[in-house]
Parts: sequence; structure tokens; C-alpha cells
Amino acid sequence: MDLIKITINNKSAEVSSELTVLQAARTMGIDIPALCYDESLEIFGACRMCIVEIEGNNKLQTSCSTLVKHGMVVTTESEKITKNRRAILQMLLDSHPNDCLTCQKAGECLLQEYAYKYGVAFRKHDGAMRPELIDTTSPYILRDNSKCILCGKCVLTCAQVNDRAVLSFAERGYDTRIIFSGDQSIEESACVSCNRCVSVCPVGALIDKRDIGKIRNWDGESKVVSCKACDYGCEFEVKSKNDKAISVVAKPPTNGRPLCLKGRLSTELKYLDNPDVPYKKLEDRFEETTWAEALEITEIVEKINKMANKEKE
Amino acid sequence: MMMTKEKLIEIKEKVKPDMIEKLLKEDRVEYRGADLVLKGEYFKKQVRIALKNCDIIEPTNIEEYIALDGYHALYKCLVEKQPVDVVEEITNSLLRGRGGAGFPTGRKWAEAHKYPADKKYIICNADEGDPGAFMDRSILEKDPHSVLEGMAIGGYAIGSDQGYIYVRAEYPMAVKRLQIAIAQAKEYGLLGDNIFGTGFNFDIEIRLGSGAFVCGEGTALMESIEGRRGMPRPKIHRTAHKGLWGRPTIINNVETLANIPVIIERGYEWFRGIGTEKSPGTKVFALVGKIENAGLVEVPMGMTLREIVFDIGGGAQNGKEFKAVQTGGPSGGCIPADLIDTPVDFESLGKIWSIMGSGGMVVMDEDTCMVDIAKFFLEFSVEESCGKCVPCREGTKRMHEILDRITKGEGVEGDIERLLELAETVSGTSLCGLGQTAPNPVITTIKYYRHEYEAHIRDKKCPAKSCKALIQYFITDSCIGCTRCAKACPVSCISGKVKERHVIDQDMCIKCGACYDACPVKPIKAVTIN
Repeated sequence: MDLIKITINNKSAEVSSELTVLQAARTMGIDIPALCYDESLEIFGACRMCIVEIEGNNKLQTSCSTLVKHGMVVTTESEKITKNRRAILQMLLDSHPNDCLTCQKAGECLLQEYAYKYGVAFRKHDGAMRPELIDTTSPYILRDNSKCILCGKCVLTCAQVNDRAVLSFAERGYDTRIIFSGDQSIEESACVSCNRCVSVCPVGALIDKRDIGKIRNWDGESKVVSCKACDYGCEFEVKSKNDKAISVVAKPPTNGRPLCLKGRLSTELKYLDNPDVPYKKLEDRFEETTWAEALEITEIVEKINKMANKEKE
Repeated sequence: MMMTKEKLIEIKEKVKPDMIEKLLKEDRVEYRGADLVLKGEYFKKQVRIALKNCDIIEPTNIEEYIALDGYHALYKCLVEKQPVDVVEEITNSLLRGRGGAGFPTGRKWAEAHKYPADKKYIICNADEGDPGAFMDRSILEKDPHSVLEGMAIGGYAIGSDQGYIYVRAEYPMAVKRLQIAIAQAKEYGLLGDNIFGTGFNFDIEIRLGSGAFVCGEGTALMESIEGRRGMPRPKIHRTAHKGLWGRPTIINNVETLANIPVIIERGYEWFRGIGTEKSPGTKVFALVGKIENAGLVEVPMGMTLREIVFDIGGGAQNGKEFKAVQTGGPSGGCIPADLIDTPVDFESLGKIWSIMGSGGMVVMDEDTCMVDIAKFFLEFSVEESCGKCVPCREGTKRMHEILDRITKGEGVEGDIERLLELAETVSGTSLCGLGQTAPNPVITTIKYYRHEYEAHIRDKKCPAKSCKALIQYFITDSCIGCTRCAKACPVSCISGKVKERHVIDQDMCIKCGACYDACPVKPIKAVTIN
């Protein structure tokens, strides 16, 4: 691995020549806004928020997809950059419902964060908006197409699991949208409710449905726990308020961790004071089930009960 | 069979005399020096390199292609030249990509040549999609072997044994001709293993597009060949380094490839003698729109637009006044009549805010509304945007909404500035060439025809009398009552007795213009457009 010298915002550092400008900046503690970049996903280059100025190049470059070069001089915030970032954010907001007051994602929404940072607001206009196609068929995932910014993270993370690739892009241009299994509802699709997509969605387009209405992001406490269902040890966030554990949501599946429904449910059962009823997926619908069945431990539970009864006798 | 130089010459000597005799008898061709060219006024000012065999040879007969020295260049490369010499020849020719951007072909080849890899690819981009453009289609249909030979030479130069032709499914005849040509080339040992006994193997497969314009963009094209959704990739690596399936790849346009065998045959110095210093050679244009002689023209670079539009094209149709010419399709710009003496080459067109593009040349006359034209091209980009990156997906949509409003007479002050601001972000930050150039038709029409925008916005008038929402058909008292307008009206909204003045019901009128066309009154029609 070659080390090269690079200067970002007047700060110099030696970084690996294999890094992109955005990665190099992050190692130097400089954050460049990006909606579609995720270190565990393929570089997609869709949001264009990570544009930077590179000395000697008149055109703005996306830092997520530009490799560092020796002697490169980069500026990540300037009048020109801000102007274009604001324009991009305005384009996204113009297609987005003004729903931050009740959106479950508020407080951890990247679009909200950048809109605040760059001072861009919703505005009235008579042009097109993204159609409201809300999929409520899953007890685990709420899909709201009107909030989707088409960053592609959900599609990419789903495709990382072998044979999964349930999510994909459909249609094109302004009508582009994310679909499940050739445009089926979540309950009909091959989705296994692992919530990988939910964990990487930067906005409120894919929401953990069991989290809705329970707690706001800035409220209460949260701790990160490792799932014990298998060796991967996926991470979950347990949210509590007034000493009561209320909700469990999946953390992004980094470091090759797969995430699964069973792990999530077992984490809920373990940590939550009053978990919601679990559901199991049948061919084309969800059905309420018991905890023993959801965790596939019916026989074990029966045996435990039997043994306990025996001890009593 | 194993092809040899002797066999090539044998075929040539066997086929050529009869072929020439037949062509001369049909009176379709004539000699220009030693070259056989198509006869007629239309072809006099043309110099045909990429189209040299078109309408001369029978495209389904490989022997006719060989008779006109076909596959001799491939022989020359494989037997007499090292790959690096071939790259050098093309580099020295200064040939630039004919697909639109004009990147030097030799530099592309040199780069792919230098990376060692277990597999390399050469792709022929035949996903021609600009509205009104049919340059590549004609070459594929009428001279497919020139493209195959160009690809094989490129394959040899960079060290690739596999070529793909990515051709749009909307060109069934081109696909068929290519299939026939590939099969014949294999049969004659000009594709396949051990070509000319040199140990060089080269195969070509056809891949069909599925109707997405964006797949003409190199990285989207490769995504499509790899079986994924046709969306452009971020350009982290050059295609010549990591392209198709991550291997060194070159993508050349049909017309570029058709130039290759001729350059090899005649040498780079000959090629540089044609055209301009920085843009040598010729360019094929599809001359369409409101032009007297529509069709394909191939002219030396540097010829002025005036020579193409007037001397070859015969000027605007029906004696109308020439207003503008649009080059480069949805990525290009509208060039006004007062810039008609601009020479056509990459640099000169760039200076006046247009581009060379792949060769679409749409002529407009006095009846064309420039706001409407901008809307037309932008609508194309809106429809063909893949939807991946924000500025192209959202920005072109908003620009189109504004243009739509203006042409309907609902434009407001500030719309021009809003258009220019959106254009700046879309062209400055979009992921691929489609988005980066999509605002060009809007930018150029605002630059050269701002007064037309202002007339729509402020006076609610369309100076070209073309935007339907802003015009009214009216019958004046010079009406002779011939009833032709009433008969032509498809919605029967014109009333009046024979030999009496007719009246149009404005509420019912759909502004189709049929009455205007039908009115025989001279010299000024009784039907007027207000």
C-alpha cells in the first residue's frame, strides 16, 4: 500500500493511495456530506452531495468516486460547492412531503440534517411530487415511496446477501422507484424482514414499523447490544425511556454481518419490557404467532416446561 | 477455412470486374480519381470514408466487401504490424471518437493496450438514439464488414480476443445484417481462431439494447451487457483500465470503427490531409428537419454549416426562411442563422455552445418556436433519464415544467433565471454525459433567442406562431367562401355558406392548422394566425 500526500481544506496528511477523496477526508476527521455513500456498500455516485473542488480541475468532482492522487489539493466547502449542494437539496425537498413533524425518522434523517446545515427549506410549488405509495403490508417494515430519495442503499445492501436481491430499481427518470420482488407488496415478496434495508435508509422511506410511535430519536436512552442468536453478533439498538426498554432497531449490517428477523426478535424478547406480538411470514402474508414459534423453539419450550413440571413432581 | 492474402486477392479479382460493370451500367456510380463514388449533385461536395461502401456494395455478400479491398487492412495489421504499431498508426491519425465527445481513439487504444490482463474487450457502441439520427444504422445495414474489420483491428491492437456489438433492438435490419456478416466472416476465416494463420483469435457477439437511450453511455452500456439495469457507473477507473467485468475495455462508436480499416490501408498522413488540423477526417451527419434534401452526408471536418445546409441540403424546405440548425441532439445546441458560417469541427462547435455530437443535424425554419424546440429536446432527456442521480432526475423534470408553463402562456418573470440556475446545477453535477449535457438546448436557445422566451413570458405571444396555447386561427374578410377550410377541419368548428365568409368557433378549435393549410386564397391567405 503506497502512501501519498494530500491536502484537504488546508490540512495535509499521508493517506493510502487506494482511498477515495471522501474516505481520505473521513480518516482526517473531515466530514463530507453524502446521502448515498456507505463504506460497506458499492460506490454508487447518485446523490452528488459529496462534490468537492480539486485544484487544477474546473469541474466539481464527487469525492466518493475520485481516487486520491499525490499532491492533490481539495476543498470540501466553498461558495460554489454550497450553491450546488443547496440546489441538490432543494430538488430533493421539492419532491419530498413536508412531514418531518410526524416522521419517525426525524432527528436521525440525513436529508433533514443536511437541509438544516445548508439552510434549505420546503417550499410551495405546483410541480410534480413523488407519488404516495405506502406499503403497510408488513408488520416489520413500513415503506413510504413519497419519502424515497433513490440513494440506492437499500437495493445494494439487499443484494449483498446471496440469493436475496429482493429490492431493485424500477421505471426510469422521475418515475424511478424501489420495488420488492418485481413490484410486489412486502408481504407477497420474497423479503425475509431482516431489516438491512431499513438500517441503511437515510430518510423515512423505509421505517422499522415496530418502532413507530413509541419513542422519538432524541428522547430517552439507547444502548447498543450484540445479538446472541448466532456467531455473527449483529448489533441492535435498544431504546429506553423512564427505565423501560421500549424498542429494538437494527444497526447497519457492517463487517459482513447479515442481520435476520430471528435475531431481532430474540433481542426484543430478551431486552424489552413489553415486546409487541411477533409475526411469521407465510407464502404471501404475515400471521400473528407465538414467541416460541417465532424463535423456532416450540419443542424446546415444551421440553423445558415438561422438565419443570417433572421437577415439581 | 484459413484465409490468406492470395485468397483475398483471388476473391477480389474474381468479383470486382462484374461488380463494377453492373454498377456503371446502372449509372449509380462514377470514378473520382481511383475511387468509386456515388453519382449525383448531392454527393459532389461529400467525401465518404465511413460511408464509402454504402449503397455501392451488396452488404450481405462478404466477397463484394473484399472486392473493394475489404479485410486487406486486417491482413496488413496481423501480418505486417505489431499491435503497438497499430496503436501508433491510429494515434498518429488523430482520429477522434465519432460518437459525440471526440476523445482521441488512439489514446483510448494505447491505454487499454498498456494494461496487462487475462481478458480484454472491445465494444462497438451501436446504441444510436439521438432523435433524427441514423448514421450508424446506415453503416451497419449497408457496410457491416467495415465495422467488424475495425473491431478486429482494435482487438489486435489492445490484445483482446472478444468483441461485443451493443446494438439497439429497434434496428432489426442492422442486427440481421450484422448476424449475416459475422457468420460470413467466420466462414471465411476472418473472425474466429487463428486468423490469417497468425495465431490471433477474435470473436464478435451481438448484444441487444432494450430501448434505453442512456445505454449509449459507455458505463451504462457495460452494466447492460453485464445483465444489470442500464445505469451509468461512477467513473472511479477509466474504462480502458477497468471496464466490462472489470477488464480493460475500449468502446468505440460504429462510425469510428468504420474509419479504422481505411486509415490502416491509406496511412495516417493521408487521413490527416482531410479535415482540419485538430479534427482530421470526415463526419457523417443525418441532415433532417425542415430541409430540402434530407439524408446522410459525409463531409470533411471544417466544412461550414452553410455549405452543408445550403450547398448540399438545398436550404430550408418550401422556400421558407432558414432559422437555426441543431447539432448534437438532446446534448447539443441550437445554432442561429447568423452563425451559419461556423466550420463544423469539435472546437468550432464548442465555441458557440453546441457540440459535434454523434451527427444529428436538425434544420429549423421560420415557423419553429425556439422555446418549443428546447422543450422538445428536454422532454426527451426527462424521459430518457435513468433516474439514478438527483440533478438529472429532478432537475430536468423541473426545467421541463417551467418550459411547459412558458409555452402555455403561463410563464412568469424570473422563469429564465430559474431555468439557467437549474441548468447550471444539472450540467455541473450530474453523473453522466446525458445529464451533464441535457440543459444545452435550453442554454443555447436562451442565449440566442432570449427575446422569444420574453415574448412568451411577458406578452404571452409566440413569435413563430407555433405554440398552440398562444395562437388563434382567424378568417379575414378576404375569404372567398370556397368551404375548403370547413371540409379540412377535423372537429367541424368552421361554419359558413358557400361563397360567404366563414367563421371559426374559437372555443371548439383545436388549433391543428388544417384550415390554414387548406386555404387557397392568394397571395395572403384568408386564414390567419394571430
